[in-house]
Amino acid sequence: MLQRIKMVAWKEFIHILRDIRSLAVVIVLPILMVVLYGYAINTDVRHLPLAIIDLDHSAPSRDLMGAFLHGEYFDVAVYSGDYAGLDAVMDRGRAVIALVIPAGYAQDLSAGRQAQVQVIADGSDSTTATTAIAYATATIQQQSAGLAAAAVLRHGTGTGIAPPVEMRQRFWYNPELKSVNFIVPGLIAVILMMLSALLTSMTVVRERERGTIEQLIVSPVMPRELIIGKLIPYILISFLDVILVIAAGRLIFNVPLNGSPGLVLALSAVFLTASLGIGLLISVSSGSQQTAMTVAMMATMLPSVLLSGFAFPVKAMPVVIQWLTSIVPARYFLTIIRSIFLKGMGIGQLWQPALFLLLFGAGILWLSSLRFKKKL
Amino acid sequence: MQDLVKTFGTFTAVDRISFTVPRGEIFGFLGPNGAGKSTTIRMLCGIIEPTSGQGSVAGFDIFRQPELIKQHIGYMSQKFSLYTDLTVEENIEFYADIYGVPLQRLAERKAWILEMAGLKERSRSLTGELAAGWKQRLALGCAMVHEPEILFLDEPTAGVDPLSRRAFWDLIYDTAESGVTVFVTTHYMDEAEHCNRIGLIYGGRIISLGSPADIKRHAEEGGNVPDTLEEAFIRLIERADSANAE
Repeated sequence: MLQRIKMVAWKEFIHILRDIRSLAVVIVLPILMVVLYGYAINTDVRHLPLAIIDLDHSAPSRDLMGAFLHGEYFDVAVYSGDYAGLDAVMDRGRAVIALVIPAGYAQDLSAGRQAQVQVIADGSDSTTATTAIAYATATIQQQSAGLAAAAVLRHGTGTGIAPPVEMRQRFWYNPELKSVNFIVPGLIAVILMMLSALLTSMTVVRERERGTIEQLIVSPVMPRELIIGKLIPYILISFLDVILVIAAGRLIFNVPLNGSPGLVLALSAVFLTASLGIGLLISVSSGSQQTAMTVAMMATMLPSVLLSGFAFPVKAMPVVIQWLTSIVPARYFLTIIRSIFLKGMGIGQLWQPALFLLLFGAGILWLSSLRFKKKL
Repeated sequence: MQDLVKTFGTFTAVDRISFTVPRGEIFGFLGPNGAGKSTTIRMLCGIIEPTSGQGSVAGFDIFRQPELIKQHIGYMSQKFSLYTDLTVEENIEFYADIYGVPLQRLAERKAWILEMAGLKERSRSLTGELAAGWKQRLALGCAMVHEPEILFLDEPTAGVDPLSRRAFWDLIYDTAESGVTVFVTTHYMDEAEHCNRIGLIYGGRIISLGSPADIKRHAEEGGNVPDTLEEAFIRLIERADSANAE
């Protein structure tokens, strides 16, 4: 049996190597995806174009402006002493956020009254808008607290007071909140899912379409030998891809791998049994390569990108959908991979999702071998 | 085989076919396209499950022991079914392994097949690049790589030029002489003359069974025995058609 499995695997390797297109896909695609996704999906909110409408032209208003421009979050896109042009600026997207300091700002401050400023954000991109408003709020509150402390100091009640509650925030595991650190490990999951399902979905169907399956059926080879044999080259190729993605992520984007690389590979193998298994099941059940490819795309890519937590947080989904995600293998793998990459977690904490993947994979493979009856 | 039946939905492809083939015989299944030849041969090889009936191949029951049967038979399908993106050598090695040819025998079997098929110089060529006649010979070789007792050949010379067909039948003769039972389907009447016995199949039924001479005698009409199997065949078919029309 082992001999036959080896032979089937060897033959599958030859098929893959002699088909230039699939080879290119397997090597080039992962790197391409890392680069594209890494550069393109950047939810980091930095250098937001800010429009400043200063109607007060005072030292305090310039102070406030300074607070906004200090640091990387805002860049001045427009500076005006006039409210009129603001509509056009926001419409055309030259600024995503505007700070309007009304006339009388400095006066209100020195009179001890509450001074008001207006912050307008472009809501058509709600992700950016929410973050921009958050930054703006924080900046203004800090400014406000600083002004209050200074005022107290001036009125001579001691050496000044610190604000009663001060929040210091820190982002563990990804201190700079670089979205690329979040995206790239997830990409491993998406790429593995996509490639493995696509490639394996073709393998059995191709034999059927070319007629070579007849010769296999009439031989003593058993379905499970065929399935395991066919899987082996794809597992090895997928390993290669995992290494490629990790390397590309590290070299191009400095994505850290805080956990053990060995564990990443081991658990990738477990995930692969699930995703390759799905591809195989499709292959065994499809009548043509066209069908196989289409079904593979729909059944694997869409759930793994949309429902796994890759792009959209699972917790934010409706409860029914959240239940649905519990049968998506990519979701578990995503948890695993991000935990290893960013939190450096070990198998002790990750055994539950790992176990699910293992059982899912074994189940699907068993199902495939059942369906692959040696009959036409 | 006894009363083998195969239905696909409402279509009866094989309608109670019975026959026996002794060891070492070349048995031919002759009939027009769509008569049920390929379906029958596939049932014998365990590729298709019969709807009903009984049968045994090489002493093993076709319903209960299909996997054992497969170890003892070689099969060459109608449509070329070796891997076109593998070399001649790789195909031979693949099937040798699949059929469990032991390592010590592998080199010998490979050499034998290459010699037999005349492909010694082209063992490294991609199978897809071979001409049809060579492909068939390679397929025959691969079907025999494990020295099976019975060979099933489904229209092995379809689409091959007459010279190659003659050469091919020489190969089949040699094989039968070495004690292998050969079950062959064909629609080339002249080839059928080479067989020890023939089953004439039409509309899923055997309408005549016996040696070529027997069949010609069977087709006798008014004292006239046909010279060729083709003539015999046509007469027998017409007889069957008019019998059906009644």
